Amino acid sequence: MRLSNIGIVYRKELVDSLRDRRTLISMVVVPILLFPLMTIGFGALAAKLMQKAQKEGSAIMLLGADHAPTLAETIRRAAGFEVMPPAADYVARINDKKLRAAVEFPRDFEKRLATGDAAEKITVKLYHYAGELRSTFALRSLQKILRDYRDRVVENRLATRGLSPAVLEPFESKEENVASPEKVGGTVLGGVIPYFIIILCLTGAMYPAMDLTAGEKERGTIETILASPVGRTELVAGKFLMVFTASLATAVLSLASFAATFSLPLQAMKELGRGGRGGLSFVISGKGVAAVFFMVLPLAVMFSAGLLALSLLARSYKEAQSYIQPLVIVVILPAIAALLPGVELNVKLALIPILNTSLVSKEILTGNYPWGLILLIFGSSCVYALAALAVAVAAFKRESVLFRT
Amino acid sequence: MIEALNLTKVFRDRKRGEIRAVDRVNFRCQPGQIYGLLGANGAGKTTTLRLLATILQPSDGTARVAGFDIKEQPEKVRANVGFLSTATALYGRLTARETVEYFGRLNGLDGGALKRRLDELLALLEIGEFADRRCEKLSTGMKQKVSIARTLVHDPPVMIFDEPTLGLDVMTARTIVGFIRDCRTRGKTVIFSTHVMSEAEKLCDTIGIIHDGALLAEGTLGALRQRTGLEDLEDIFVRTVEGSA
Repeated sequence: MRLSNIGIVYRKELVDSLRDRRTLISMVVVPILLFPLMTIGFGALAAKLMQKAQKEGSAIMLLGADHAPTLAETIRRAAGFEVMPPAADYVARINDKKLRAAVEFPRDFEKRLATGDAAEKITVKLYHYAGELRSTFALRSLQKILRDYRDRVVENRLATRGLSPAVLEPFESKEENVASPEKVGGTVLGGVIPYFIIILCLTGAMYPAMDLTAGEKERGTIETILASPVGRTELVAGKFLMVFTASLATAVLSLASFAATFSLPLQAMKELGRGGRGGLSFVISGKGVAAVFFMVLPLAVMFSAGLLALSLLARSYKEAQSYIQPLVIVVILPAIAALLPGVELNVKLALIPILNTSLVSKEILTGNYPWGLILLIFGSSCVYALAALAVAVAAFKRESVLFRT
Repeated sequence: MIEALNLTKVFRDRKRGEIRAVDRVNFRCQPGQIYGLLGANGAGKTTTLRLLATILQPSDGTARVAGFDIKEQPEKVRANVGFLSTATALYGRLTARETVEYFGRLNGLDGGALKRRLDELLALLEIGEFADRRCEKLSTGMKQKVSIARTLVHDPPVMIFDEPTLGLDVMTARTIVGFIRDCRTRGKTVIFSTHVMSEAEKLCDTIGIIHDGALLAEGTLGALRQRTGLEDLEDIFVRTVEGSA
């Protein structure tokens, strides 16, 4: 085997592929735009919809407002509501989304609150459309107003009895996160990052693998290259390096794009975490991501070689696509399995390709480095990768595969 | 020189069973001569030439091309052969210059030697004007010129042409025929396959009639005429093929 020939084939395939629009889109454009579009685009759309919903105000109805003049007035003055006159068909109107919610006050509501027995149960009914976003917004706003009003009633009752509001809260509980930000980050995103890297390594390799094999057959250049002095192994090696480059380039560009647009979803998750449970502080370590990338390398080799061998079986680009599409599911399933709760890394799972890398990546991102398993997984992945390469070389030496009619 | 020795190729097909595409074929082709393999579609011409170019491996027998055994030293054989057929397309996204350069490099040319050879071929075949255009943008005639430059870049002593004029217009076909003649003039060993009788008559020093994978008759046009008592090559061909049935 002559290394110079591998280099010549690789350089030619690189130039050729970079001039192919399909390869360029899957290798460069998609990975760069995927995350910004997913986060910024989706975020902007969601924000716009929320603003629109808030601006328009929710149509609500107050039933029996005469029995709760103060509370009804508070609701009328609150922002974001458009109070409709009471009508008997409020249920139908909520179902038709013409009305977002309705509040029903019981008879003599405020009078009974002022004079009645504290033990008496008084119920204010809130009618809404479960699962409908704007109805839920209206419901939450109404619940808050009712809660504030109830707190004021309680405060008044305590004051008339000469008691402090503190009597209701003899002690408080406080949550405190003891896991490091790296561990929290690994737990929150530890499954997702390797999943994306693995899938992108596969998709990045798909188009060049098809173009360099089935594409060559379709265009009639396979015989041209087979008639040249380049050895079959050299030819496979050069083509493999190109597909591998595309696979890695896709993963690296996606990661860079992910990192660049990460601040937005991260901020959103931090905001979510603040809701009552205290701030959720987490980081994803660069060292962890680099280690994950290193673990994914043999997988990228396996994908590149496997895709080359598989698409070489096809007579045309279209046929190759039909062979490769089901493979995406085969790869996604073990990658997703690692995201499921309760699937923990052990020696047996360490031998299952893709799943092993996905699971160990999760550990690495939480700051755990189980060296024994890491070595076992890297070793077994390398064996699978070499096997895939051997299959690709064997496929290129089979006349029945190269000249399938 | 090309020497086929009991050259045999058997394909196994699930539906049709065993197919002897080339069946114990023997012939010899000398430098400075054109050997024409004449046969109908499916006669075994392409398979024979693919075996000689080491694109396929023989099932039995062998051949020596430019002094190298096709089984033992296939890469040496390919380094001494220029192979051109209508099936040997060009890389559409490479320019004409890049194409010739790529095959030059694969044939061991580099640096100044490659540049000199490139300049020489581009001038000889009048490619200069479109040398930096992508092959996908070239006309059929231009593509054929680039293909010729590709086969000649390493100046091989043996040229193999598999139905090189198939589907080409008259002018492009004439360029190819002229090129084949030129190869003979320069002392190369040339073998080419065709089913066009007039082409074989015009070009070949020796004609081999192949049918169902077997070489049925071989000789100069004069010798074949004498043997069959017929004048027209088409009649000679039909008589030979029918006689074997």
